Amino acid sequence: MATTPSTPLPPRSSIGSRHARDRVIEALLLAAGLVAVFTTLAIVFVLVYESLPFFDHVSVADFLTDTMWTPLFAEARFGILPLVAGTLVTTFVALGVAIPAGTIIAIYLSEFAPFKLRETIKPCLELLGAVPTVVYGYFALLVVTPFLQQLIPGLPGFNMLSAGLVIGIMIIPYVASVSEDAMRAVPGYMREGSYATGATRFQTAVRVVVPGALSGIAAAYILGISRAVGETMVVAIAAGLQPNLTWNPTESAATITAFIVQVSLGDLPHGSIGYQSIFAAGLVLMLMTLVFNIAGFALTRRFREAY
Amino acid sequence: MSAVTADAAISGIRRDVSRRKLLDQLFVILGLIVMFSSLAILVFLFADLVSDGAPRLNWDFVTSYASRNAERAGILAAWVGTTLIMIVTAFVAMPVGVAAAIYLEEYAPKNWFTAIIEINVTNLAGVPSIIYGLLALGLFVYQFNLGQSIAAAGLTLALLILPIVVVATREALRAVPRAIREAAYALGATRWEVTKDHVLPYSMGGILTGMIIGLSRAIGETAPIITIGALSFIAFLPQSPFSSEFPFLSFAWLRDSFTAMPIQMFNWVSRPDPAFHANAAAAGAILLGMTLMMNGIAIYVRFRYRKKINW
Repeated sequence: MATTPSTPLPPRSSIGSRHARDRVIEALLLAAGLVAVFTTLAIVFVLVYESLPFFDHVSVADFLTDTMWTPLFAEARFGILPLVAGTLVTTFVALGVAIPAGTIIAIYLSEFAPFKLRETIKPCLELLGAVPTVVYGYFALLVVTPFLQQLIPGLPGFNMLSAGLVIGIMIIPYVASVSEDAMRAVPGYMREGSYATGATRFQTAVRVVVPGALSGIAAAYILGISRAVGETMVVAIAAGLQPNLTWNPTESAATITAFIVQVSLGDLPHGSIGYQSIFAAGLVLMLMTLVFNIAGFALTRRFREAY
Repeated sequence: MSAVTADAAISGIRRDVSRRKLLDQLFVILGLIVMFSSLAILVFLFADLVSDGAPRLNWDFVTSYASRNAERAGILAAWVGTTLIMIVTAFVAMPVGVAAAIYLEEYAPKNWFTAIIEINVTNLAGVPSIIYGLLALGLFVYQFNLGQSIAAAGLTLALLILPIVVVATREALRAVPRAIREAAYALGATRWEVTKDHVLPYSMGGILTGMIIGLSRAIGETAPIITIGALSFIAFLPQSPFSSEFPFLSFAWLRDSFTAMPIQMFNWVSRPDPAFHANAAAAGAILLGMTLMMNGIAIYVRFRYRKKINW
């Protein structure tokens, strides 16, 4: 040692204890990360465990093919189809709003909007997705439905059309923001190549950017679908609570989520067939969204790898 | 003769170009219309709630319990319940979410195990909120025996917003330049010292933003707490968190049954009597106002921190 440090070095034991503390902290942080894994496992476990007794009582074939869902009646029938139909109808109506509007907004923001406008408008659009869903339910039941009743005579007070339209508005920001990210990921030189051949911005957007970002845009649609499928309060308030096997959006019908809410509002004893039925319904809902989420995730992966 | 066809060809191209430019302009107009009508819906929604709820938006509404009489009903139990649930949610989601994000961003090795955690976080963000409600009903209410309590609701919403907090925190941590970490390592700091003393302070803005956005989502969530079994008619408050004896804080309120703002609103909106719809509108206006305010604060915090830091 030629020179002595101006301040004495900390003793070795202190360095060792700092590292020991680091390892303890790392273990704690890891435990926090594992909460996510345990949550997923717990969701799967609870849904399966609580619906197993349900499937002791009802055969899977009846569950999937029976066309009546009346678990709380004396003569109970347990066909999930009416609830699935209700869920799909509201989802399709919602997509009819969210896909055109979300895509147009995404193209506009990504290809046309000046920087300042984009930076201001994006957070404002996100607010549409931040509105509590129960507020949207109020909007659907007491504003949209009366308005639609003037256009469509004989429209019932509870109908899937109005619920679907409002869910559509709600998911516009999800569709717009994920699609826009995908479009912005298309490299600039592809746009420049298109401009150099004399294409306008609109031609470039439609013929170069959108095809280039297609899988990302598809992922945005699928995430939108999975939101719409799981939406609860809007349908519980505005679409009605009667299971009804129909594909007509102007009718009233319950969705899977609305059924779960309806049962939860009553005071069902733990372990009764009604109690178990909401877990079976939840299991179906979970499987439906899982399929959409996996498809969306795979598509976003693919579009990331494209360039 | 050839000059004539050339002229014709050129004017044909001109027409084509101007047609395309017109299409371009038309799309700009379409884009602006769609975008601003979406925003107009938001403004209209808020204005509609305020005007429908105007007769009830007064101090009595805030200080009264729910009642069978629409004019006398208020949101006292609801907003107290919401506040207490949010306290539980924040105290659980903040530490767990931030710690998980720190682990994934600063500690985790790149391997299949980390990938599993990451996929789980992404996947949880897409799980419908009512599924969290079923999880809570099966797990918190019956297995852990928490009952239909504030603690069960707070924990449920904490799990629900966990992915939001994790994703926002990771983004904030990622924005801190490598050079800062390397400088600290070069001075002999351990990983935790680097994180605690350098990375976390710089990313506080982003973390707070994520937390506020998460809570603003939790405050309006209705479905999961209906599933747990929130009551919509409660005419008492949970036990006070303050006690007159040492240690002056009491946690008995955690086990109390509760109602919350969105539940109260749902209850009023689903009644056939239109007098209650005004109550629903007033509660909705307050709820939406709170949500928008929290989002506004989050945008402001993000903006402030972004301005203040110059790497």
